[in-house]
Amino acid sequence: MEHLILRVTTRLLFAPIILFALYVQFHGEYGPGGGFQAGVIFAVAFVLHAFCFGLEACKKALPQKALTIAMALGVLIYAGTGLATMFLGGNFLGYTEIDPDSAHHAGQHYGIILVELGVGVAVAATMLTIFYHFTGREPDIDPEDW
Amino acid sequence: MTEFHTPVTPIILLDLSLLTMMVFVAIAMLRSRHLFAVVMLSGIYSLLSAAFFVSLDAVDVAFTEAAVGAGVSTVLMLAGMLLTARREKPVTPGRQPVALAAVIAGGAALFYATIDMPAFGDPNAPANAYVGQLYVERTPGDIEIPNIVTAVLASYRGFDTLGEVVVVFTAGVAVILLLGVGSVRGGRRVADRNGAANGSGVGAGAKKEERG
Repeated sequence: MEHLILRVTTRLLFAPIILFALYVQFHGEYGPGGGFQAGVIFAVAFVLHAFCFGLEACKKALPQKALTIAMALGVLIYAGTGLATMFLGGNFLGYTEIDPDSAHHAGQHYGIILVELGVGVAVAATMLTIFYHFTGREPDIDPEDW
Repeated sequence: MTEFHTPVTPIILLDLSLLTMMVFVAIAMLRSRHLFAVVMLSGIYSLLSAAFFVSLDAVDVAFTEAAVGAGVSTVLMLAGMLLTARREKPVTPGRQPVALAAVIAGGAALFYATIDMPAFGDPNAPANAYVGQLYVERTPGDIEIPNIVTAVLASYRGFDTLGEVVVVFTAGVAVILLLGVGSVRGGRRVADRNGAANGSGVGAGAKKEERG
């Protein structure tokens, strides 16, 4: 762990990357982006963390147990939104039922934000899970060994 | 219906240079036996195709390609590479006339099919007419969000996207099931129980032979 410049840069970049992921997540209705991209960017921040401070430190910051729960939670948020609209009397994922009296389709907006949140949580957790499991198999390797 | 001609703009030069670079990167990937180089080249290939998508005005796809293709896949490929050898096995070069003929015939058929394809950017092309046009026309009234791609992805085709999320989830579950035992203990190499048993068995056999 002697890469000082990389560590300082990662320290600086970590928070802006997370912030950018949140921006992409919640700005997806207005600009390019959405849950898939935001989830990946969120995961990449932790991948950088693991590269510079080691997988152990990264797992301490975001344990695999939490990721396993988040993976299922993302899918449940998405499918739960669909079921909620059914209980409100509409079709599966028919978001208009969330706020049927709205003049500017607020129900659609709520629904889209909810399912995109589900997508983001599921994608971020899955990407990090795959990363943890792949890199966790081998002990740390020498930089020369590539 | 008047025939649509793609306007010739300087952007075409940019497209051509991007596509040419992609072809060269693909050839370099084929020729390299060093897996680290191949993974890096695949990242470059994704980045080039992301730039190409931007040039096609498909910014959402470009964003996904840059984040997933050039970013996370490269990392995951590197991580996967750690579990295997660093170099591809050398292949003995040989002529495969049947395969060559099949590839040439398939390529010729594809080239022949491009003659019938609608011009690039044609508003009457099947991809732009019918349902695509419907989404563009109805999103401002139905959903009232500026990004039509998000409207299609999350609302009109919300059920498809649910399927995609389940696919991603399944991939994660499969990885946990296949590799989970080793990595829960974090970073240390965990011997496969069967492998360890076999290994000690072989060792014991060797010892017996020595004794004998």
